Amino acid sequence: MNKNSNTYIIIYASVMIVIVAVLLSVAAMALKSRQQANIVVEKQGAILSTIGLGGDADKVKDKTEYIKQEYAKYIIDSYVVDGEGNRVQGAEAFGLLDKLKEQYAKPQSERQLPVFVARLDDGTVLNVLAVYGTGLWGPIWGYIALGDDWKTVRGVVFDHQGETPGLGAEITSAAFSGQFVGKTIFEAEQFTGISVLKGSGASAGNDHAVDAVSGGTITSRGVESMLYSCLEAYLPLIRRQRAEQAQPELQQVSITDLTVENNE
Amino acid sequence: MFSTKNLKLLWGPLNMNNPVIVQILGICSALAVTAKLKPAFVMAVSVTVVTAFSNLVMSLLRKGLPNRIRIIVQLVVIATLVILVDQVLKAYVYDVSKQLSVFVGLIITNCIIMGRVEAFALSNKPWPSFLDGIGNGAGYGLILIVVAFVRELFGSGTLWGYRIIPESAYLHGYANNSLMLLPPMALVIVGVIIWIHRSKNRDLIEK
Repeated sequence: MNKNSNTYIIIYASVMIVIVAVLLSVAAMALKSRQQANIVVEKQGAILSTIGLGGDADKVKDKTEYIKQEYAKYIIDSYVVDGEGNRVQGAEAFGLLDKLKEQYAKPQSERQLPVFVARLDDGTVLNVLAVYGTGLWGPIWGYIALGDDWKTVRGVVFDHQGETPGLGAEITSAAFSGQFVGKTIFEAEQFTGISVLKGSGASAGNDHAVDAVSGGTITSRGVESMLYSCLEAYLPLIRRQRAEQAQPELQQVSITDLTVENNE
Repeated sequence: MFSTKNLKLLWGPLNMNNPVIVQILGICSALAVTAKLKPAFVMAVSVTVVTAFSNLVMSLLRKGLPNRIRIIVQLVVIATLVILVDQVLKAYVYDVSKQLSVFVGLIITNCIIMGRVEAFALSNKPWPSFLDGIGNGAGYGLILIVVAFVRELFGSGTLWGYRIIPESAYLHGYANNSLMLLPPMALVIVGVIIWIHRSKNRDLIEK
């Protein structure tokens, strides 16, 4: 048969495409459950490191098992809140982490956002919120742990899709995220968010700001606006919780000077 | 099976015919994924698998291959292999696959792979083509690993994630060279390797 005839080429191409399609679908289906398990473990690991735990993940033999156990041990509750700060019955918080982008794109009244409640070994209760925003090249996201006063930051973790390595990508470093510990998102009852300021030491003495990443101005601004807009979306819940707690003995608990590091 | 000629296919690309330092192919990913040893190693293995099997498949297909859609068929074969590798990495070494991010997908555009298919597999039998693929993948991987070794050791003070330079050295004023972690330094290291290699093999020096 003539190898250069159109019929031959069309048949050749069609047969090849079918073979390739079958091969790839079989591979994708066979590996899907493992891949999804990996993604779940990654998210659980990120939530754990927000509250300063799970640090031994790279040292243990079975990382997956370790993360799962730690998560089950420390994350005591999770729930979904709507735009007014009410709990949504029957909604699953963990699954929502895949849909943060859509949720934050919706108007406030239709949003559903996840909250994870952690209890550390010493009894401290932390509330982990999920944030999502835009950096320079693509999405950035993360988790922020608020103390049980719903005001003081006890830990943050950021991740990104494609920020510049060494510059914007430094938002994932402990040096950057460590700055957030102990900062507060309220000045009296006024919501401030956390500003990311340019210049080394620019945030010194400021309870609502951290230093930006050198060479990562746009990513740093992205972090700032992500924290502001996402925490603002949680604000109805945060305000409600703070109002419920406005009793002297509870405030006493909230100002105990515990940082995430020495809870380990 | 392993005649002198076949062995030459395997060892040639490691030294005198190295794709990275002699033919200067595949530089992009060599710069991007060599900040740490582990991703560099996984990348080296992935590229070797893809070159070896794309050579094998294309060599098997070469007799019935319509010349007019030759390049497209090559691309489909290479892309399929790369997607398979990517899926396997996501399932079994998820952390590394995240670090490699887009560079696994970009193996498709790695000049070494299409170059070997065009230059070798289409005119040779399957077995020599397979060996040629392994040889070229390994030649690429070797450079990646050497570069990553230097970059991780001096950039982070670790190798494969394990601390090599002791904490006490830092207390005495030693500091990691952060420049090592940035892509330009990979280019400098590749340049130094080429320099050393050519000074040892003078016939490679262009007149």
